[in-house]
This record gives sequence, structure tokens and C-alpha cells, in this order.
Amino acid sequence: MKLTLKIWRQKDAKDRGKIVDYQLDDISPDMSFLEMLDVLNQQLIDKDQDPIAFDHDCREGICGMCSMYINGRAHGPDREITVCQLHMRSFSDGDTIYIEPWRAKAFPVIKDLVVDRSAFDRIQQAGGFISVNTSGNTQDANNILISKHAADTAMDAATCIGCGACVASCKNSSAMLFVGAKVSQYALLPQGQVEAADRVMNMVKQMDEEGFGNCTNTGACEVECPKGISLENIARMNREYLKANLKG
Amino acid sequence: MSGIFNSSIGRKFAMALSAFFLMIFLVMHVSINFTSVFSEELFNKMSHFMGTNPLVQGVMQPILIFGVVFHFIMGFILEFKNKASRSVRYSKNSPSGNSTWMSRNMLLSGVVILAFLALHFYDFWVHEMTVKYIDGDMSGLMDPNNADSGFRYYEELREKFVSPLRVSIYTVSFVLLAMHLLHGFNSAFQSLGANNKYTKSLKGFGKVYSIGIPAVFIFIALYHHFTH
Ligand code: HEM
Ligand code: SF4
Ligand code: FES
Repeated sequence: MKLTLKIWRQKDAKDRGKIVDYQLDDISPDMSFLEMLDVLNQQLIDKDQDPIAFDHDCREGICGMCSMYINGRAHGPDREITVCQLHMRSFSDGDTIYIEPWRAKAFPVIKDLVVDRSAFDRIQQAGGFISVNTSGNTQDANNILISKHAADTAMDAATCIGCGACVASCKNSSAMLFVGAKVSQYALLPQGQVEAADRVMNMVKQMDEEGFGNCTNTGACEVECPKGISLENIARMNREYLKANLKG
Repeated sequence: MSGIFNSSIGRKFAMALSAFFLMIFLVMHVSINFTSVFSEELFNKMSHFMGTNPLVQGVMQPILIFGVVFHFIMGFILEFKNKASRSVRYSKNSPSGNSTWMSRNMLLSGVVILAFLALHFYDFWVHEMTVKYIDGDMSGLMDPNNADSGFRYYEELREKFVSPLRVSIYTVSFVLLAMHLLHGFNSAFQSLGANNKYTKSLKGFGKVYSIGIPAVFIFIALYHHFTH
């Protein structure tokens, strides 16, 4: 395959950055998207140029690092996958492909396609945990009965990998799907009840302080989420938030 | 509860509550207007009641005005904040692949509705207020000095729909209202945390409501225009 790539290049956080064009020949449709970028980077290195910085780690859709906005869509054109799971057969010979970093004020660009997603970590630290006494007398997990439905729904919420595609694709850069998933995964389980009110209050407060936008319920996040996290999680968070506020 | 409306979720609660209020109001408004299609007398009676009842005028009307103003000011605030949360735009963006045009352009459809409301206020409300509270004529009669002259409301309504320009503006605005509601109706439920086993059927009802109510408003306007 022959491709024209239009890639965002930005030296560092302060640089203004711009789109730079690259031509690639001989790309196999069986390559993954990241392998295609590896090929381009090797060519740049061979020419003594600065390779394109991009995040990646597991390359099997579980770490959530590979954040790229490809041809106007988070993680590219296919549904429920990350960029590392995207293959060149999803494109055609002669295509022009735009590759940009996530755009959100709360996710500043560090270099090229790499953004700082530590805002998500701070939201998680604000309440995405349960406090357990681990001083040697922990009880057997099976002593706490959980309905199959609650366990399944909590597990679905817990599959969020914190990739940030929801923020990137939202017209408001809202983090509601991520935070909704994190709040839900605990709200659905008995272990999460003790700190439920504080959790949702603190996580929403941190989310707002980080500068993410408000939710307009466009549903773009749900469509672009590689793990199929449902909007029901946002509704659940809204309920939890209202409940916590009514408690005072 | 302190500070809830300073939070992103709280602002959406407020938006959804004001929207629910407006959606209920629309049902009332369209029902009364519709009587004008089949009974001049009923329409006149209801208009006179709504226009002179102290509860409607003194309590419900101020709440309604507050609701509308609150809704659109909050709409602007949300839009402003949301724009500010992304300082650098994408060079290439294809949002049509993940969301509807209606959902992404609530402010646009809202502003058209707002422009319409301004015209509507000028047409009916300013006139009503002038006649009733400035001229002090609470009779609702065509000729306040002649008890047999009949109510003026129906005639005034017919009068407004003579102009093809006004009828066109009216029609376009209600098409935009339908689009606003096609996203807004279900969005309001989601904002209040209602997303459950009823959501699917509610979506169907939302479509009927969102297209049905504006369609009846348009029908009423066209009816009076073409039968004048
Ligand atoms: C009778 C008139 C109106 C009705 C029935 C109505 C109804 C609604 C509904 C149901 C929603 C969804 C609320 C939610 O997502 O929780 C909404 C949202 C919205 N409305 Fe209206 N609306 C009306 C007039 C207006 C006007 C005049 C504006 C003026 C700017 C406006 C601007 C907006 C905006 C910007 C949103 C989206 C807010 C967001 O979630 O980001 N609306 N409206
Ligand atoms: S909700 Fe989905 S899109 Fe958002 S961070 Fe989690 S996995 Fe990524
Ligand atoms: S590199 Fe880990 S999800 Fe793509």
C-alpha cells in the first residue's frame, strides 16, 4: 500500500506544533497501525530525523496507552478497538491518513502524539478505591454475596482501560464516561457502599477541577470507547451524585 | 446541597429540570392552540381564562418566563465552558460517525427557537400586556365598550397567520424545535440519571413527542393561513 500521512508534530509542550506530511510505500495490509508507524519511524531514524513520539505499551488492547485521533475518529475508523488493534487493511491503497493527538485542555500534549493523561490518575486518586483492613484478618471474598447481575455490570464498568478516547471524541472534552465507569464499578458492589457518597462527590469535583467539559449526552464516547462502556454508567453516576448531595 | 449547581453534573440537572418544565408547558400550549382549529368559542374562552386568571398570570407566567430565561442562559454558559475545554481543535474531525447533528448543535437550534420566541413575545405577549395592564382593558372584548362585540383572541390569532412570511418563520422555527427535542427529550432523562429498562420505549415516545408537538403547531399555523 502507498499512503500519505499527515501527522501532528510538536517538539515539546511549549511548541505550537503543526501537521507534517509523510509518504510511505510498501505497507502491508496485514501490518498493525503501530507497526506502520514503526516502519515510518525507522525511515526517519535512518535519515537522522526525529522519530514520531507516540504512546504504546501492551499492543494488545489492554493498557490504553495508544492514543491517536485517526482521520477524525478516536482510535481510527473501526469500532471497539484501540489503535494497536487497528490494522492497515481498514484503509485503502493511496489513502491520506490524518494522525493527531487527543485534544483536550485537560490532556496537554507532551510531544507529537503523546499527551499527559495524569488528570485521570488524579480523578482516580480522589475516590476510585475502597478502604480495606489488611492487617491479617481479611475475610474470605466469597463471604460477601453478590448477585450475578451486579457482578456482571460492575465487571463491565471495570473493563475501562483509562485510554481517554471518550474525552478525545466528545465535542465538550467531557470525562463523564470514564468517571461514570469508575464510580459505577464500586457503586454496584457491596464493598463500595461505605465510601459511595464521598467517592462520587470527590471524583466529580476533581473531574471539574481538571477542566473537562460538561456532558451534552451526544453519546460519541460510547461509540468510540474501545471497551464498549455504556452510557448507563453516566446515568448511574448522575444518580449517585444526586443521592450523595441529598444526603448532604 | 451547597454548590451542587456549580458542578458539571448539577448544571445538567438544572438544564434538564428547566427543559422538563418547558416540555410540559408546550403540551398545554399546543392543546389550547389546537382548539382554535375546531371551535372559535372554546379557544376564546380558554384564552380569556389563561389571560385573566390571577394564578396563571401571577404565578405560572412568571415561573414560565424564569424557566425560559434560565434554560437559555444556562445553555450559553454550558456551551461557553464546553468550548473552553478544548483549546486546540482537530485538523480533521468526523463526528458524524459517532453522534447525531442534533445532539452537537443544541445551541444552534436553541438560538433559532430563541429568535422565534422574541418574535412571538412581540406578536402576542407584548400586545396582551399592553392591552391588559397598560390600557387596563381586562374585558378581552373586541370593543371594550360593547359587551356584544365578542372576544378578540380568535380574530387576533387569525390575523397573525395571514402573512406568508410570518407563517414561514413560524414553520422553520418549529422544525428546529423538533430537532432540539429529538435530542433533548431523551437527553433530559439521561441527565437526571434515568437510563433503565424503560429507556428504549421512552426513546420511541420521545420521537413521537418531538415530531408530533411541533407538527401540530405548524398545522395550526397553516390551517389559519389557508382558511383565512
Ligand atoms: C420551548 C423551548 C425549549 C424546549 C422545550 C427545550 C428543551 C430542551 C431539552 C429537553 C434539552 C435537553 C436537556 C438535557 O440534556 O438535560 C435542552 C437542552 C438544551 N437547550 Fe433547550 N429547549 C428550549 C429552548 C431553548 C432555547 C431558547 C435555547 C437557547 C439557546 C436552548 C438551548 C439549549 C442548549 C444549548 C441545550 C444543551 C445543553 C447541553 O446539554 O449542553 N433551548 N433543551
Ligand atoms: S470509558 Fe472507554 S473510552 Fe473512556 S477511558 Fe474508559 S475505556 Fe477509554
Ligand atoms: S498499546 Fe496497550 S492498548 Fe494499545
